[in-house]
Amino acid sequence: MSSTLARPPADVREKPQVSDRSRAENRLGQKLVAPAVILMLLVTAWPMLQALYLSLFRYRLTAPDDRELIGIDNYVTVLTDSLFWQDMWNTVLIMVLTVAVELVIGFAFAMVMHRVIFARGAIRTSILIPYGIITVVSAFAWQFAFSLNNGFVNGWLPFVDENFNWFGGHWSAMFAIMVSEIWKTTPFMALLLLAGLAQVSEDMLEAAKVDGATWWQRLWKVILPNMRAAIMVAVLFRALDAYRIFDNIFVMTRGAQETESVSFLTYRQVIEQVQLGLGSALSVILFLSVLVLAWLIIKLFRVDLAQARGEG
Amino acid sequence: MKNKTTIGTWIGFVAILVWCLLPVVWIISLSFKSVEETAAGSAQFLPKDPTLDNYRDILSNGDFLAALRNSFGIAVIATFLAVVFATLAAYAIARLEFKGKRLVLSLALAIAMFPVVSLVGPLFDMWRTFGLFNTWPGLIIPYMSFTLPLAIWTLSAFFREIPWELEQAAQVDGATSWQAFRKVIVPLAAPGVFTAAILTFFFAWNEFVLAISLTSTTASRTVPAQLSYFVGPDPFNPPYGQLATASVVVTVPIIIIVLLFQRKIVAGLTSGAVKG
Amino acid sequence: MAGIEMKNIVKQYGDGFPAVNDVSIDVEDGEFLILVGPSGCGKSTLLRMIVGLEDITDGDMIIGGKKVNDLAPRDRNLSMVFQNYALYPHLTVYENIAFPLRLAGKSDSEIDEKVREASKTLELDEHLDRKPGNLSGGQRQRVAMGRAIVRDAEAFLFDEPLSNLDAKLRGQMRTEISRLQKRLGITTVYVTHDQTEAMTLGDRVAVLKRGVLQQHATPRELYENPANLFVAGFIGSPPMNFLPAKVDGNRVELPFGTVTIPEARAAKAQGRDLLIAGIRPEHFEDASVVDSDKVTDEATFTATVDVVEWLGNEAYAYIPFEAPDEVREQLTQLEKDLDGESLRTQLVVSLDGASRISEGDEATIWVDARKIHLFDPSTGDNLTIDPDNAGIIPGGNTMAKAEEVGEQQDGVKPSAGSSPS
Repeated sequence: MSSTLARPPADVREKPQVSDRSRAENRLGQKLVAPAVILMLLVTAWPMLQALYLSLFRYRLTAPDDRELIGIDNYVTVLTDSLFWQDMWNTVLIMVLTVAVELVIGFAFAMVMHRVIFARGAIRTSILIPYGIITVVSAFAWQFAFSLNNGFVNGWLPFVDENFNWFGGHWSAMFAIMVSEIWKTTPFMALLLLAGLAQVSEDMLEAAKVDGATWWQRLWKVILPNMRAAIMVAVLFRALDAYRIFDNIFVMTRGAQETESVSFLTYRQVIEQVQLGLGSALSVILFLSVLVLAWLIIKLFRVDLAQARGEG
Repeated sequence: MKNKTTIGTWIGFVAILVWCLLPVVWIISLSFKSVEETAAGSAQFLPKDPTLDNYRDILSNGDFLAALRNSFGIAVIATFLAVVFATLAAYAIARLEFKGKRLVLSLALAIAMFPVVSLVGPLFDMWRTFGLFNTWPGLIIPYMSFTLPLAIWTLSAFFREIPWELEQAAQVDGATSWQAFRKVIVPLAAPGVFTAAILTFFFAWNEFVLAISLTSTTASRTVPAQLSYFVGPDPFNPPYGQLATASVVVTVPIIIIVLLFQRKIVAGLTSGAVKG
Repeated sequence: MAGIEMKNIVKQYGDGFPAVNDVSIDVEDGEFLILVGPSGCGKSTLLRMIVGLEDITDGDMIIGGKKVNDLAPRDRNLSMVFQNYALYPHLTVYENIAFPLRLAGKSDSEIDEKVREASKTLELDEHLDRKPGNLSGGQRQRVAMGRAIVRDAEAFLFDEPLSNLDAKLRGQMRTEISRLQKRLGITTVYVTHDQTEAMTLGDRVAVLKRGVLQQHATPRELYENPANLFVAGFIGSPPMNFLPAKVDGNRVELPFGTVTIPEARAAKAQGRDLLIAGIRPEHFEDASVVDSDKVTDEATFTATVDVVEWLGNEAYAYIPFEAPDEVREQLTQLEKDLDGESLRTQLVVSLDGASRISEGDEATIWVDARKIHLFDPSTGDNLTIDPDNAGIIPGGNTMAKAEEVGEQQDGVKPSAGSSPS
């Protein structure tokens, strides 16, 4: 049950390598990736270092003369502030709930799309519309749908009072935000899962049928374990995406009713309050928390990969 | 049993269509509601008295048209440049052996996960220093960097599938290296590059955080940012109809692209992601 | 059209991997030459050096009297059929065939004439407007050949062109290629690992092992006078039997009994202790179906038959035997070199279809003692070779040389060249 794959025997003729040539190839390869790498670093690594530097200062753009080196005070301020923890809780909650719901609905959609033999073009087109639509537009559409005066939701949902104000309470506002987020990104999830589903071989399913597995058993014992890699990739991408939620909150509540996310808090500190020092500290914390999150998920993902390989 | 699954699939099919299209139909319906109707409050789904006034207003709104122009210009330029750089990088990754290949791929992956908001502060500061604040390049540069990872992953997955021995076959058939590239490789690579361009365009067209942070006027503000500022005279009663109309207008290009290229987009999205 | 002359060709990769070692082969104008050997023997590398897709480390490549070492592929005017056909998926069949002509800047009418001619020859007329993706394997194969024949190339090169086809189609295409080559009379170099293709197609065959030329001769010469154990084991199907043997005068002692061989042959093998005898399955027979005057004690033995495979026209009988370690080691290595797996030492005997021998029988087997070859177990050399009818055998001990190269190759890439077992 080793997690390493045995290397296939190298076919000698396939890999012609002259030393001069391979050195030239090395140089050419590096030259070709250089512009992309430089550009990516220019806009991420450099500003990130800048943020790290600024975060050590008390620095407000409206009072540049008061700039003062204060060490890690900004970090202390952030990490001891209950607002930060409230926002962090909101962010994690949104991430976990939306990804979980998307996974279930997305899988159902993927199953349907996998089965559908008619109008494949139509279904593909419609599923790509939420994916392609601007998040701000999605946020508006749902904000209006939930709105008290002009929304249709209250009228359509039988158990909701006609005068219920969705944006008047924390939980209902969070719900509206999550609906918009889930609506827009489920299709992406469904497409990734569909690609994973396509890799589960029909032979295997038929073998399971012959072996006497019920539909439910086939799903849990054959389909899902074989899709594990695809599911994990989808979860990784979507979780990190949901963790950065910003657009929907900005448009729908502007953080009112304690619906603020960490991204929104950072934005507010930097752009609205022009607290560059404190905001930079938040930026660094946000960046580090994404790293930790990615690391956690990837760690999980690797373990799963190895297991999947061991079973095969 | 056969019937049951068919019915289930049909129900699922309808559910997907409703899910995907309901909010779009809702926004379109809203765009035909008159200002009087939304001001008085209209909880019904369809307009009482459909009108084209909103479209007339929005298409003569200078700020909106400027934003539309900015969005188009910035998205197209960023897409073009990002795809050029990504094509070079993806070619190297798919075809050449060189040191640091894994590093490049890891960097791309890391940047795909990067929290854009955490760059807003330092970029805001830097761009003001360099005079890039509230300019087109001020948005184009970060858009390029953030679309490169997706473009590189999609393209290198695609390039790996190209039968490169055709290049040699063409040379044996009497082609120069340039002819082999032009007549054989370019036609084979073009669909992949095109797909990457669509995905990149979607990103740039959709981007919001940087658009509101790094712009201050209609000189460079893009549509998503403009929409969020589009509040009208009464802040407690936003111009529903006009916002909906503007939303419809910016969604039209997306729908056209999706209608024309749905197959390519799906292939591009999944190839990059599944292998990534 | 032109002959191809390879003089002391060497190919060494940047990491030190010696893929081709000092190979010299002359291909005469109009000749059909086969390069054959197990995987990793350097045959494809050699072909790619002829066409110019691979740099030549050392030696001269002369085509039509002109040294082409430094010419780009397109300046060599050769046409090649690739293993995976290398059809351009974005072009129609017509445009695929026309591609080299378009590159050469020929006029539309000339292109049309030549493409139509080629498509007629290859019976592709009804497929001209289709894309390669919609064609069957055999059709793709024909398009690839069409692209090769439209040009007036100096020579055709084939890189295992039939290996992706099923057995029946492979047989048909083999005949087709042979017919086409004879009609066009064009110099052809054809790479394959399949000994049947090598025997049936080639005017002459060059057998390679680990980048070292073993023997370059006509199929008949290879079959009747293999230079060494490797060639003997590679050519022929089912393969030659190798048995431990002791020679005393003109009597050869085999595991099943002793047979008498011609004086001339025996003389070459005197003064040796243990040898390996090579006998082809078809040189055995059920003694009861052989003319009675041939059947003598000196040419028959009895053995218990383990398994019989009856095919109608003939039957194969399998007879296990024990081999001393010294011989077994050499045979195991040989099996490995031939991409096979050594299972057990057994004798394969080809019997006439009329033979009534069945499994478990104690059978009397006749052997054609004139056809027995004797090999030196340490070097693998064929001691009983008839040098006048064995084509060209490079000097020195080629099998040992190949072993040496093999060790170098393994030093560079541990798994290269050997079959995964």
